[in-house]
Parts: sequence; C-alpha cells; structure tokens
Amino acid sequence: MKRLMLVVAVAALASGCSSMPKVQPWEKGNLANKEMAFDPDTLETRFADHTYFSKEGASGGAGVGGGGCGCN
Amino acid sequence: MRSGKLLAAACAVLFVGVVSAQEVGKPAPVFDLPAAGAPNVRLADLKGRVVYVDFWASWCAPCKQSFPWMNEMQAKYGPKGLTIVGINVDKKREDADKFLTGTPAKFTVGYDTTGKVAEAYQPKGMPTSYLIDANGVVRAVHVGFREKDRDELERELAAALTAAGRR
Repeated sequence: MKRLMLVVAVAALASGCSSMPKVQPWEKGNLANKEMAFDPDTLETRFADHTYFSKEGASGGAGVGGGGCGCN
Repeated sequence: MRSGKLLAAACAVLFVGVVSAQEVGKPAPVFDLPAAGAPNVRLADLKGRVVYVDFWASWCAPCKQSFPWMNEMQAKYGPKGLTIVGINVDKKREDADKFLTGTPAKFTVGYDTTGKVAEAYQPKGMPTSYLIDANGVVRAVHVGFREKDRDELERELAAALTAAGRR
C-alpha cells in the first residue's frame, strides 16, 4: 500500500503542471498584451542597453550572442 | 510485475494532454460559424470549391501582414473557385471588428469566439492556414506568414485549383 502511494506521489510530482490544460496558440491573446512583455518599451530598452554597453566598454552579455571584445 | 504496471500508469499520466494536430490528407473538420455581415459560414456549403482556411487573431502581427495578400488572392482566384475563410479566434468579437476596420478583409470572416473550431484544427501558431481541396480534404498546412511565403503559397493555391479542374 505504501509503495502504491509512493508511486502515485512520484507520478503526481513528476507530471507537475503538465496535466493542466496548456495555453493553446489561439488562446494567447492576453499573453500578447503589451504589459505582458519583458521589455515594455523596446526603444527605451535599447537606449538603456546602449548606455550600459558604452559605460562598460563592451557589448553583449545582456541577452543573446555577442562577445565582450567591444568591437561590435 | 505489479510495480511495472504502476510505472506504466504513471507514464501514461505524464503524457495526458498530447493531442494530434490536423494533418495533410485527412478530411478537414467541418465548421459552422457566424460571419461578418452575412449568413453563417459553413465548410459543408463550400464543397466543390477550394477553401483556404486561415486562423487569425487581432493580437497577431503577422496576421495583419497576411490580409492584403489574402485579399489579392481572393480577387484573383475567387472566380476560379477559391474561397478564403478567415477564422478569427479572439474571445471578444469587438477586438476582431476593431482590427478589421484598420485592416479590411475582402474575404469571408467567421468568428470562433469559443475556440471550438481552433480546437478541432489545432493550429500550431498564429496565423495557421489550411488549404482544403474540393473534396474537403486538407491539402497543405502552413504556419505563420512572411512576405517571402507569398509566392510559394500562391503556387499551392494554383496547384489546388488545377487539381480540382477549376482552371
């Protein structure tokens, strides 16, 4: 009995939220809202990044690719 | 042995929620949706015509890009037997109508506010289009819309019309 409970518990834990209904591609209206974005203002984010990179004398590191050589 | 069965059951739990998407070569699920300024749009009524079903939403940027192309295709191939049906998946119809005032659609638009039809087709992204032949069978599925897709999509449309003997 104990073993059965253990297996059920492990299964429940391992499945996590996967048994919950997934947000489907056609249901992402709310996620597409502006306030849901990581960067609410793209232009401002780029401006802030530019300032940051200039001060550091290196580019990249705040997101995707780009080395630290300061050459790009 | 018993724990083996239990393990299998546990694995089954992990895979709940995996549903198959609409595939090429299978009959397209029928729909009956309220349309903009017209009687309901029904797939069954369109038998004999090549149907291009496009799932779109007001919050989807590439959808906006695809509208002028779909208008163009409807004007060009409509008389040859093509019907474009844009299925809107917004929860609120007002959102869709607001989008349509800025981006007019010169093809049939159906409102799937409950998402039932989207559930049947399982589009993998927004927009997703399904090219359905004259017998109601899915001929091609296309996810997303980019300007460079235009020519290829048009070729597929033309080929479907040729196959249906409508050109």
